[in-house]
Amino acid sequence: MNMMSATECLLQMCDEHLELEDYASGVPRWCTGCGDNAILAAVQRLCRDEGLRPEKTVFVSGIGCSSRFPHYMKTYGFHGIHGRALPIAEGIRMARPDLKVFVNTGDGDCCSIGAAHWIHAIRYNMNITVFLHDNQIYGLTKKQASPTSPIGTRSNTTPRGSYLEALNPLSVTLGVQNVSFVAQAVDWIPEVLFDIVKAAYQHKGLSFVRIVQRCPEWLPTSLDPWLHDPNKVLLLNHENGLQSSAGLSRVYKNQLQHDPANIDRAREIASSTDVVPVGILYRNPEVPCYEDLRRSDTLHTPELTRDGLNAELDKYTVWPREARAA
Amino acid sequence: MNETTLQKPLKKPRKSNGSVAGKKAAVTLKEHIVEIISDSGEGAQKCGQSLGSIAAQMGNGIWTTEIIPAEIRPPARSVAGASGNRIRIGAGYITNGGDETDLVVAFNEQVLLGRVRAKELKPGCIILLESMWRSHADAKIVASYIETHSRLVAAGYRVYEIPMEQECKTVVADARRGKNMFVLGMLCHIYSLELKLAVDQIVLAFGKKDRSVVDANIRLLEAGHAWAAANLDFCYRIPAQRSTEPQIVVNGNTALALGVMASGMEICAMYPITPATSASHYLSEVFEKVGGIVHQAEDEIAACAFAIGASYAGKCTVTITSGPGYSLKQEAIGLAVMAEIPLVVVNVQRGGPSTGQPTKMEQGDLMTAIFGSHGDAPKVVMAPGTIEECFYSIITARKIAETFNMVVVVLTDAGLATSQQPFPRPTFNESWLAPPVDQSPVPPGARPYDWDENTGLARRFIPGQPGGMHALTGLAHDRDSHVAYDAEINEQTLRFRSLKLAALQKTLKAPRVFGDAKGDLLVIGWGSTKGAIEEAVEAMRAEGQKVSSLHLQFLQPLPPGIKEILQGFGKLMTIENNWSDQPEDRIIDENNRRYSSLAILLRSRYLLDIDCWSEVRGQPIKPSTIRRVMQRKLKQEGIQP
Repeated sequence: MNMMSATECLLQMCDEHLELEDYASGVPRWCTGCGDNAILAAVQRLCRDEGLRPEKTVFVSGIGCSSRFPHYMKTYGFHGIHGRALPIAEGIRMARPDLKVFVNTGDGDCCSIGAAHWIHAIRYNMNITVFLHDNQIYGLTKKQASPTSPIGTRSNTTPRGSYLEALNPLSVTLGVQNVSFVAQAVDWIPEVLFDIVKAAYQHKGLSFVRIVQRCPEWLPTSLDPWLHDPNKVLLLNHENGLQSSAGLSRVYKNQLQHDPANIDRAREIASSTDVVPVGILYRNPEVPCYEDLRRSDTLHTPELTRDGLNAELDKYTVWPREARAA
Repeated sequence: MNETTLQKPLKKPRKSNGSVAGKKAAVTLKEHIVEIISDSGEGAQKCGQSLGSIAAQMGNGIWTTEIIPAEIRPPARSVAGASGNRIRIGAGYITNGGDETDLVVAFNEQVLLGRVRAKELKPGCIILLESMWRSHADAKIVASYIETHSRLVAAGYRVYEIPMEQECKTVVADARRGKNMFVLGMLCHIYSLELKLAVDQIVLAFGKKDRSVVDANIRLLEAGHAWAAANLDFCYRIPAQRSTEPQIVVNGNTALALGVMASGMEICAMYPITPATSASHYLSEVFEKVGGIVHQAEDEIAACAFAIGASYAGKCTVTITSGPGYSLKQEAIGLAVMAEIPLVVVNVQRGGPSTGQPTKMEQGDLMTAIFGSHGDAPKVVMAPGTIEECFYSIITARKIAETFNMVVVVLTDAGLATSQQPFPRPTFNESWLAPPVDQSPVPPGARPYDWDENTGLARRFIPGQPGGMHALTGLAHDRDSHVAYDAEINEQTLRFRSLKLAALQKTLKAPRVFGDAKGDLLVIGWGSTKGAIEEAVEAMRAEGQKVSSLHLQFLQPLPPGIKEILQGFGKLMTIENNWSDQPEDRIIDENNRRYSSLAILLRSRYLLDIDCWSEVRGQPIKPSTIRRVMQRKLKQEGIQP
């Protein structure tokens, strides 16, 4: 084996170092001002900072504006069917624990048509990072109320205002057994969005990040009260969670010390209606991952299959009398 | 019979015609169909399975069928609650469950009534009936028993009342738990089977438990054997042919599961559904020993999506389901077709539509299998016709799925799922397994969907392959997997996906005709009706009729050579276990008659006048029924007077 010189070694490291554009593919077709753009920027930065190998990374999505995400990443991507991103991602993860798996899903995709999978994905707690792009409206199908639309939202299917209270994705997630990571970000504070995306990626287990995002096309003003009043954002700080920078603290003064280990407090914070909590609500690295529980260390070799099959066939074999005697 | 026994009448069978029980020499039979039925949980199924295994070891041909009530705990002594096993034992190779039953052992008269009403018993059939109900504390039960008994006798059945409970109590305290082994002992005597083989079965079944359990069961077995020898006035022998090679005795679902293991697949994703689930039960038991995983998903859609995810990541995966679950998977199946992800889907068909008849047999899903999912979604459809084919078809399905990047649907049914038939023990072959996951760098310039102009085939890029990164999508897409909205690309890619079926079709062999290649009538079937159709054809041919049959394992694509075969016969008809309109119905005519599934396919493919006959009785079609259908057809067509 040839020894590399220090220079060669350095050159190779430079070669392997990937820049933001190495993770970018195509020009996003999202609307100007759409929160999806902010999420894409944060995730591409994560990939660069963490040095993710593009060929070992898979972004899985369902259907909707958010679910175009994989097309804009130069990694492997799986743009699936409406609501089913999570079980597809689980299959990938179970078959290939060497791959980094991300899910991009929307409020219709995750909280409506895919709601069953959402609950169970939290239970399985597989090592997958889930971004819920929550703009509180169906965008791609042109403005229908979604489960997270605030009551009274006027849409094409609710022209006189939506009838039901909005579903709270944080409370739902925090109510499921085996939950291991829940955070909330908003698209208009990119610094915290990135910190949360990074913390979610670094968590082992299913990290669920709800990103409150604007829809400039269908609900252009619905988030204005929160955008215009920094005090309606509640930043969650803790030595075991995120720490707000000095610059951020000057604008967002409404802050709370919250230990992400405290699930009861997390549930209370999640239920806030007057403020948008931003930060890590809950984190428990001790919850076992389903793939670790299920995958054996045994290598799937031809010999193993042969021996296992023959052992089973032995149980059901009727031997000829002569062979039995012998 | 002597004085002593006459004083203890309940120890002797009360045979209805008053004849005296006594020892007889064994009568030689070509075959016999035996049923053991009881309330759920009384062990009739275990007894029947053991009888089948013993007969198979003796060298007899067997076909066993489970009799399953739809409910877990139907009320005791209920007509709908019959649980048990039906065993056809023959001197030669047995390919199906046969016609009506020759001998039935019933633990109470109510479960027996269910079988009588279903017309499952041969006229004059021997009935061995537990007699404890005649002296039961509840007067209603006694009355019901006496009434049923006398009606059965009046109907001409040979009813033997047998004090099973009482006899078992001389051996064990709780007779309800061991009656099945007493019955097994009786049957070993009746069919001149070696008792030693039955003892082996008990050791195999209870060997892990307390030695006292094994001993108690052996004592019950011996008691039943001795009792039958002393008290029954008949005894049979079905000559056996010693097989020279080891045979496997499993049901269709176990064969499927063994096939999954043998195919090298590593993941099975499923959701519980009758009658498919027992395949996953068995797989859950054994799959991990070879590094496999059974994932019970939160629903059928998730099971299919999970399988697609795992397949996409390089490990071709199977999802096993039944009718309603198969319907739920349709959108996901369409995704696998569109994105060209290999996938094996097993549909163990049951009675439909909707919840239908979950435990009953039907071949109702052929059209859904071929045309299911919206848009043009070409997929491969196979249907095993025997238990052995259940095993091998999974291996073939995995290979086709990975070679052509296609969805392969394997259609079995409740009949195959719960029937046992011995087949030669498979010898493991490394070529059954999938190659290791390709992780080699993709050559510069290679594209994720570089379809071949002639075959539509394209190499698939698997995550982990450097340079192969692309966003796979269920949207129409071009060679770079970019979303395509233009007409040109959409039409081209539909063409490529369709061409793959033609490419597969070119590799298939023409099916073989059973019987002569030319004749008056050809019967065409698919799936589990194979044995019954061929038995009926053989019997008709023995009578000098010019009939043959053709059984199709590939339904999509249809293999080459079929048209040439069809042209060799005067008349053509399919025989199927699904719905077709009856020409006898007053408003049914040629302009509105709905044909059976396979008949529709063949008529449209070959432009030939192919008739059909079908029934949907929730059970296998009997060979005698098929014979009657063929005879009637020959008569109608003026071929036979």
